Amino acid sequence: MCDTCGCNVTPANRHLLEGDGKLARTKEGREAVTVLKGLLTENDHQAAHNRAHFDRQGVLAINLMSSPGAGKTTLLEATIDALGKECGIAVIEGDLETENDAQRIRQKGIEALQITTGSACHLDAHMIHSALHQLDLSGIDLLFIENVGNLVCPASFDLGQHRNVTLLSVPEGDDKPAKYPVIFRAADLVLLTKSDLLRWLGDFSPERAEHHLRHLASDAPLLSLSATSGDNLDAWLGWLLDEMKRHRNELRGET
Amino acid sequence: MHEYALCVALLEQVEQLAEQHQAQKVDRILLEVGPLSGAEPELLRHAWPLAAAGSVAEQAELVIESSAVVVRCTRCGARSEVPANRLLCDQCGSFQTRILSGDEMVLCSVELLKREQEPCA
Ligand SMILES: Nc1nc2c(ncn2[C@@H]2O[C@H](COP(=O)(O)OP(=O)(O)O)[C@@H](O)[C@H]2O)c(=O)[nH]1
Ligand SMILES: [Mg+2]
Ligand SMILES: [Zn+2]
Ligand SMILES: [Zn+2]
Repeated sequence: MCDTCGCNVTPANRHLLEGDGKLARTKEGREAVTVLKGLLTENDHQAAHNRAHFDRQGVLAINLMSSPGAGKTTLLEATIDALGKECGIAVIEGDLETENDAQRIRQKGIEALQITTGSACHLDAHMIHSALHQLDLSGIDLLFIENVGNLVCPASFDLGQHRNVTLLSVPEGDDKPAKYPVIFRAADLVLLTKSDLLRWLGDFSPERAEHHLRHLASDAPLLSLSATSGDNLDAWLGWLLDEMKRHRNELRGET
Repeated sequence: MHEYALCVALLEQVEQLAEQHQAQKVDRILLEVGPLSGAEPELLRHAWPLAAAGSVAEQAELVIESSAVVVRCTRCGARSEVPANRLLCDQCGSFQTRILSGDEMVLCSVELLKREQEPCA
């Protein structure tokens, strides 16, 4: 097939060349090329590479997404306190330009790498890939990636994670899954955080939040918890341990 | 917002195509962007000139078609066209549905202006 003369017109792309006079080939040599390729193909390719890297090391990678201040770092601190002895944990921090969040994690004796995203509003697979070259994953079972606080952009970029966890904090309101369907639909688990504030913010209804989530055709579990009071933290920890086990079994099944 | 990053990714693909096809200029780019893709067509249109400045696609017209959100019910098999935050089956009300369209973010085609050359067919 000749790529330069338009003889590769097929029934599927013919409509792109016909009808509209603007599309037809002219003397000056106009050519319509049908592509049908995802815009993020390059990112997805890199993400698959990252995932293979995690799998080789037996690491379960979890992408934490939420709006700013929903409690991602606080949850990580509580998680490290609870599980740091029984599992190897590492953290990639993408949330802010400052080193604050990474320092909070390092104070727990955990390896934390800060990605400085500059003005970027999300992480992408290439950023994670370069972070991986600076991170020693030997002895690590669980890698958390704290994404940039933003309910829009992070949902579009596969990082190579195995699971997505989306946090919704009580002060944000229970309608957020209806307003940001893409990020909540991507979640394998939704956490209603700061549940200790429920008694002060009586108009937040966990049932309504779940109702909005189900409307996104999601059967992801939804847990409410408080990282500061420790309320229902066990359910989250249990989910993590179950997913680690499941991932290990998946890897075993593949080899 | 990430629409600029998406435009940069788009430009990379378009530049590659222009080079492969030895085009002088890119005249028109056709995208399909669904409501569940996470990208806003309006923001893409704003970001595109910034990303494309100085490139072979600088003057290209960016055409963005939006697709409808369509789901298929895994319980009763019905197809329904639905709003992006209400992916329920029209027929039986089930939320056990699969997306058939509406989450795509695809480069459909590009139109290239080529160097003068003899047609080969
Ligand atoms: N009341 C309450 N506050 C919390 C909880 N978790 C986090 N916070 C507070 O919320 C603020 C933002 O938390 P942070 O973990 O930095 O959020 P991030 O931006 O998502 O990482 C901090 O002031 C935390 O102390 C919680 O469970 N309950
Ligand atoms: Mg943080
Ligand atoms: Zn953004
Ligand atoms: Zn149905």
